[in-house]
Amino acid sequence: MLQAGEWAYSETLKEHFMSPKNIMQGESTDEFDGVGMEGNLQCGDQMMVVIKVDKQSEVITDCQWKTYGCASAIASTSILSEMVKGMTLDQAFHISPKDVAKELGGLPENKIHCSVLGDKALRAAINNYFVRNGMEDRVKQEQAKIVCQCMNITDHDIEEAVLEGARTYFELQEHTKLGTVCGQCKDEAESLLEKFKHIHFGA
Amino acid sequence: MKVYFDHNATTPLHPEVKKEMAEAMDMFGNPSSMHAWGREARANVEDARSRVAGFIGAQNDEIVFVGSGSEANNTVLSLFVCASSQCIPGTKMRSTIITTKIEHPCVLETSECLAHRGARVKYLDVDQYGKIDLDQLESMLGDDVGLVSVMMANNEIGTFQDIETISKMARSCGALMHTDAVQAVGKVPVDVNRLGVDFLTISGHKIYGPKGVGALYVKKGTPYCPFIRGGHQERGRRAGTENTLGILGLGKAVEMRALEMEAEEERLASLKAFLKKGIEERIDDIHFNGHPTDSLAGTLNVSFPGAEGEAILLYLDLEGIAVSTGSACASGSLDPSHVLLATGVDAERAHGSIRISLGRSSTMQEAEYLLDVLPRTIQRIRNMSTAYIKGGAHAASR
Repeated sequence: MLQAGEWAYSETLKEHFMSPKNIMQGESTDEFDGVGMEGNLQCGDQMMVVIKVDKQSEVITDCQWKTYGCASAIASTSILSEMVKGMTLDQAFHISPKDVAKELGGLPENKIHCSVLGDKALRAAINNYFVRNGMEDRVKQEQAKIVCQCMNITDHDIEEAVLEGARTYFELQEHTKLGTVCGQCKDEAESLLEKFKHIHFGA
Repeated sequence: MKVYFDHNATTPLHPEVKKEMAEAMDMFGNPSSMHAWGREARANVEDARSRVAGFIGAQNDEIVFVGSGSEANNTVLSLFVCASSQCIPGTKMRSTIITTKIEHPCVLETSECLAHRGARVKYLDVDQYGKIDLDQLESMLGDDVGLVSVMMANNEIGTFQDIETISKMARSCGALMHTDAVQAVGKVPVDVNRLGVDFLTISGHKIYGPKGVGALYVKKGTPYCPFIRGGHQERGRRAGTENTLGILGLGKAVEMRALEMEAEEERLASLKAFLKKGIEERIDDIHFNGHPTDSLAGTLNVSFPGAEGEAILLYLDLEGIAVSTGSACASGSLDPSHVLLATGVDAERAHGSIRISLGRSSTMQEAEYLLDVLPRTIQRIRNMSTAYIKGGAHAASR
């Protein structure tokens, strides 16, 4: 007879869950140069990322976080905070959920959505740094239109999900959590899904 | 220390059940065969049937053995389709089914399927404790209602429904009455005649019996069509060669429950009271879910705002403690518990809930161990949570 198997998570993920790195202590964000927050408690995931930046080199010297969420949400913010230290702001801005999942040794399919908030919160923190330092022009306004109000999902997010492989509304929901609360955005999201499938894949 | 506090999910075999099943392991005859091997199996199946029937005040031929509680529930609800067709001649199922928002998914999803096939399904709301509103039921009942299906005790929050009254109301308007009693049978006295139900669902593995076996009570004379067709087993009401060992185990399980239930449930109630008090004293900002008194003795559902359920479950798992989460995040869905949401708990609180369900192996030492581990686990999760940042969750992201 077999003994209890491992969790559905990789060893790396489990380690970061058991001993999360760089948790922000206390409540004050005053000592940090940029602060970003994404998600909300109603949806079951919320992440805050705070960064310290070397102004000369624009290298991230410290990254800390707070996360409300499941094991993979906690672990993915933890590993993200390790990944970005030493990166320039431009490098860090381009970290994708896929990069985070890869670093974690993969995520179960139904948990991918738990890792998409960390990189968003990081980009928000970087933009926040630009604003605080009079570089509004460098803020990468993702000139996006919010489609799903509940989950704060934009047309850009839908495009990204299509590029990552979402082909049906259900897959789109799996990638983005869009439409999982009130569901009112379904029609608009479906037409955007068709549009991006057509643009990128001629489907 | 290893602590199993997830008895509403499933239970270990009672040692006596295990013993009886082990002794019968070589019984392989087909109960339908007329020779000695078959007659031995038949004798044991029928013995189990009379134990189960006796346990709930039914007659032997009112018990149908099935593969699970889910199968029993599917069987009852699916009668809607058969009673609306030629399957059950002379019967015309009325078009409406009434159930509740807090049923097990095997009832809710079957109801949805039936709605696609022409049934009108109405879902009863529940109050903050998980009780249905009898006035709302009254307003839904009418001569279009064919079936009322209300669970006896809820698996997540433990709340009991007043099945006796609900049955009277359903039957007075000519509807059939079903109760999913999977969590109630073997924990509180159940008598089908007193309850006045037409169908009642029992599961083996929730009461220290084996998995893969359940029983459906079908009141004599009630319209019926098998869910699994093509065999004469169970008097033509459930095809497929009987799960003889499982049935034998279920029979022994109810026999043991009959002996132990009363004292055992009293013990669990005081254990739960101890846990409740301890959690209240040692952890800030908590909410208990479900009915404070009219609920299963061993079921305790509690919310810890700021800490997410799966994280709590897995940190407790690392300490050797098994509980379950109301949030379905762990099982792959993104939605928080439909039961908690139906009781008016907001999504955030629902995401941060766990269910502790005690059973016959649960001890005071185990409860003390949980009270030792849980406070620091919650503290640890809250320390890394955005929920407790000063100025509210949205202040930092301006």
